Amino acid sequence: MMLDWLHSHKELTAVAMGTAFGMLARIAMLRSDYRQYPAYPHGKIIHLALGLIAGALGAVAVPALFNKDYTAITFLSLAAQQFREVRNMERNTLSAIDDLELVPRGAAYIEGIAVVFEGRNYLAIVTALLTSLFAQWIVWWAGLTAGVLSLVISHLFMRGKRISHIARVEIAPIKLDGPNLYVGDIYMMNVGLDENRDIIREQGMGFILTPRSDDARVTIANLGQRQAILHDVSTRLGVYRDDGDPGLLPIAKLGLRTGQLGLLVLPREKDADKAYEAVSGVPLLEAAVRKPTKANRKSLEEAESNG
Amino acid sequence: MARIVGIVTTRREEVGGGAPIFYAADREGLQKVAHLLEKILDCAAHTINEDLFIIVERE
Repeated sequence: MMLDWLHSHKELTAVAMGTAFGMLARIAMLRSDYRQYPAYPHGKIIHLALGLIAGALGAVAVPALFNKDYTAITFLSLAAQQFREVRNMERNTLSAIDDLELVPRGAAYIEGIAVVFEGRNYLAIVTALLTSLFAQWIVWWAGLTAGVLSLVISHLFMRGKRISHIARVEIAPIKLDGPNLYVGDIYMMNVGLDENRDIIREQGMGFILTPRSDDARVTIANLGQRQAILHDVSTRLGVYRDDGDPGLLPIAKLGLRTGQLGLLVLPREKDADKAYEAVSGVPLLEAAVRKPTKANRKSLEEAESNG
Repeated sequence: MARIVGIVTTRREEVGGGAPIFYAADREGLQKVAHLLEKILDCAAHTINEDLFIIVERE
């Protein structure tokens, strides 16, 4: 009975299924973790509403195209316009509140988050489009299969790389030689006041990130990536400082000769395991990833073959 | 670029120039003055040597 109805109302089924799967895809990709962004509950509502719209737009395009209504494709470009607005909105909000963070996210991290928000809407649209296409073209259960498959694929897309993929993280001792502060062998900064030195000695934790490849070396040297690490670690472990204490700022410095990155953080909660997890789990920023080695290898081979 | 906004020293004859100079009687006083200036100016105190501190403002 129910199945007969589904067969006889093919277009409606396709649109409803497409919209539902598009929305589902957006819900699945909307995670609020330790970063608490998007914040409860209004930030979420915005993105759920947009997810619904994305799903509906993707889903209605297919029956329209089947009815030879080719202008329906312009709907999708309208959607693209909308989602670029999402990116702007996220960027503006995050930039505006970044000045009020004790350890700022930095422009590169904000850009990364904004891009992800835009991208996830497109994934929701594609999910809706595929579901609707298969439901309309074959039968409803083909749409169901396509929908589930696209959910799985978009989930894979969503998982970005982490610091632990490109660098070995080690906890390193903090050394104070007079005013000079070292993490391992890497010179960090000059700490003037005895008071600050005591705080750093008591509360500070040092890490050394050793890049796993030459490409990784470039990535962890990126200032945006470093700021993202400091921000994330400070978010997860707390930060032992107040505004107007530049002497106690968490800091990341590069060991120029080795390419290692030294990190000094001042966590509220001084727990080595948690801190290690926090540093390893920092997402890699799209803006920071470079792949120079491949290009250089090619140009070297060309040079050799040209004599 | 960082800017020197204050100098704290116990040896007045070693310093000079454009930034305000604060003179402390001993090294303990030096720490105290540097501490106060750090908090008041929201700047970082750095040690050049044990008798000479600079207060540095960063962007």
